[in-house]
Amino acid sequence: MHSAIQQADQIFVALQHRVAGYLPVKFQSIADVILSVIAIVLVFAFLFAVTTVLERKGLGRIQNRYGPNRVGPAGFFQPLADGVKSLTKEDLVPRAADQAVHFMAPVLLVIAAFLAYAVLPVGRNMVLADLNAGVLFFFAVGTLVELAVFMAGWSSRNKYSLLGAMRAIAQMISYEVPLVLASIVVIMAAGSLSTVSIVNMQTGYSGIWPHWFVLTPWGFAGFNLFMIAATAESNRSPFDLPEGESEIIAGYYIEYSGFKFALFFLGEYLGMFATSGLAITLFLGGWAAPFSFLTWIPSYLWFFAKLLLMIAIFIWIRGTLPRLRMDQLMNFAWQFMLPMTLINVFAAGVWHFMPGGVIRWLVCAVLLIVPAVLLSRGLKQGKKFEARTYRFAE
Amino acid sequence: MTATFLILAAITIAGTVAAMAMRNLVHCVLALTLGFAGLAALYLQLGAQFVGLTQVLVYVGAVAILAVFVIMMTQKPAQTTESIFSSFWLTGSLIAALVFAVLGWAIYSSRLTSAIVSPHVEAAVRPIGDALMHRFVLPLEIMGLLLTAALIGAVVVAIQEKRGSA
Repeated sequence: MHSAIQQADQIFVALQHRVAGYLPVKFQSIADVILSVIAIVLVFAFLFAVTTVLERKGLGRIQNRYGPNRVGPAGFFQPLADGVKSLTKEDLVPRAADQAVHFMAPVLLVIAAFLAYAVLPVGRNMVLADLNAGVLFFFAVGTLVELAVFMAGWSSRNKYSLLGAMRAIAQMISYEVPLVLASIVVIMAAGSLSTVSIVNMQTGYSGIWPHWFVLTPWGFAGFNLFMIAATAESNRSPFDLPEGESEIIAGYYIEYSGFKFALFFLGEYLGMFATSGLAITLFLGGWAAPFSFLTWIPSYLWFFAKLLLMIAIFIWIRGTLPRLRMDQLMNFAWQFMLPMTLINVFAAGVWHFMPGGVIRWLVCAVLLIVPAVLLSRGLKQGKKFEARTYRFAE
Repeated sequence: MTATFLILAAITIAGTVAAMAMRNLVHCVLALTLGFAGLAALYLQLGAQFVGLTQVLVYVGAVAILAVFVIMMTQKPAQTTESIFSSFWLTGSLIAALVFAVLGWAIYSSRLTSAIVSPHVEAAVRPIGDALMHRFVLPLEIMGLLLTAALIGAVVVAIQEKRGSA
C-alpha cells in the first residue's frame, strides 16, 4: 500500500498515539483508552444529531411535506435547537414514581447503548477493545437495555408506561433469539467470536469482488434475517409497538420530560447504530472496501458510508411500512424468523462441508429458498386477505 | 487482592445483601441484578470472558427479567409490612453456615488450590467450545433435549390454560 494512503488510513490512530505520547509512560495506555472513549462518544452523538435531521427531512419527503427547514441552512441546525429546548425544559417526575429507579433508567439505557461500541471496529486498527468474545459482549450489553426499559416503565407508576415496557420486553426477548441465531452463521464461518478477526476474514478479494459474508447464500439470508430482527430489537417501525403513539401514547417513556426524554431518544438511536454497525461487521465486511480498486479510500470512511446507508434504509422502511399488530409480531418471530434462522445455520454447515463451486451455491440456495416459500405459504393459510372496510370512517 | 477485586466484591455483596433486605420486591430484583453484574465483572477480572459474558447474558438478561415478570404477575405492587426476618431465621442461618463450611472445606482441601495457574486469556473461549463439542458432547445434547422438552411443556401448559378460560 502506498505510504500516503496508509497515513490517511491510520491518521486517527497516529493522532491518538501522538496525544497519549505527551503523557508519562505510566498513563499512556489509560490515556489511549480514554481518548478512544471520547472519540466514540463525540462521533456517535454527532451522528445521532445528524440522523434526527436526516430522518425528519426524509420522512417529510416520503410523506409529501417539507420537514424542518427553519433553523440554519435547510434546517440542518435543528438538533441544536432541539438540544437547547430539551435542556431548558422542566424535568417532571410523577409524585407516585419511584424516584431513584426513575432517575437511573435513562442513565443505564445510554450506558448500555454506548458500551456496545467498545467492540465495533470502525476502521483498520480502530477498535476500543478487541475481546475474543466480542460478539458475545455485544449481545450481553444489549440485554441491559431490556432492564433499563423495564425500570423506566415500572418506576413511572403509569399504566401506559408499564404496558409499553411489557410490550418492549416481550418483543426484545422474542427477537433476540433470531438475532443471535442469525449471527451464529458468521461465527461458524469465521471460527471466532472476535469482531476484529471476523472483519479480517472478509478483507480479501477474488478479482475485484470482496469476500463479504453477505455474498454467500447463508450470508445473504442471515443478513436479511439479522436486519429484520435488528429493526424489532431497536423498536423501530414497523415494530414500534412499544411506543405506539395512537394506542399507548409513548410507551415506557411517557412520564419522562426534558433531558431524560432526550436521553431515551439518544439511547434508542445509539442502539440502532450499534446493531447496524454489528450487521456491517458481521456481513458487510466491516471497514473493507466493496471493490479491490477502491481500497485507497480510508477504512473508517467505508464503515461510516455503510452505516449511513443502513440508516437511510431504516428511515425508508419507517416511512413506508405500517405498524404490525402484537399477535402478528409474535407469530412472525416464532413461526417464521426462528425456523428460518435454524435452517440458515444448517445451510451454513452444509456450505462448510461441501467442495467449492456452483453446486454448493445451488444446494445452499435451494436449502434456504424452498423452506422460506413453504413457511410463508403455510403461514398464509387460513387467513383471508381482502380489502378492509372501515365501519365508522366511511 | 487488588483494588479492582475489592471494589467488585463489595458491589456483589452489597447487591445480594440489599436483595435480601429491601422491602419492595422489584427493588430486591434490581439489587440482585447488581449482584449478578458484580459477579460477572469478577469473572471477567479473572480472565474468563466467556463465563463472565454468559453470566450477564443469562442472569442479567433472562433471569432478572423472568423474576420481574413473575413478581408483577403474581403480586400486588404494595409493599410488605412484615419484618424482613422470617420466624425461622435461626435455623436458616445455621443451615447456611453448615453449607458454607462444607463447601469451604471441600475447596480448601482439594488439590486445585495448590496449583492455580492464571488462565491464558487467548485460550478462554476456544477450549470451552472444544470441550463442549468433543468430550462433553453427550451431556450437552442431553441438556439440549431436556430444555427443548421444558420449552414444549411450557407451550402445552399455556395452550391448555387459554382453552380452559375461553
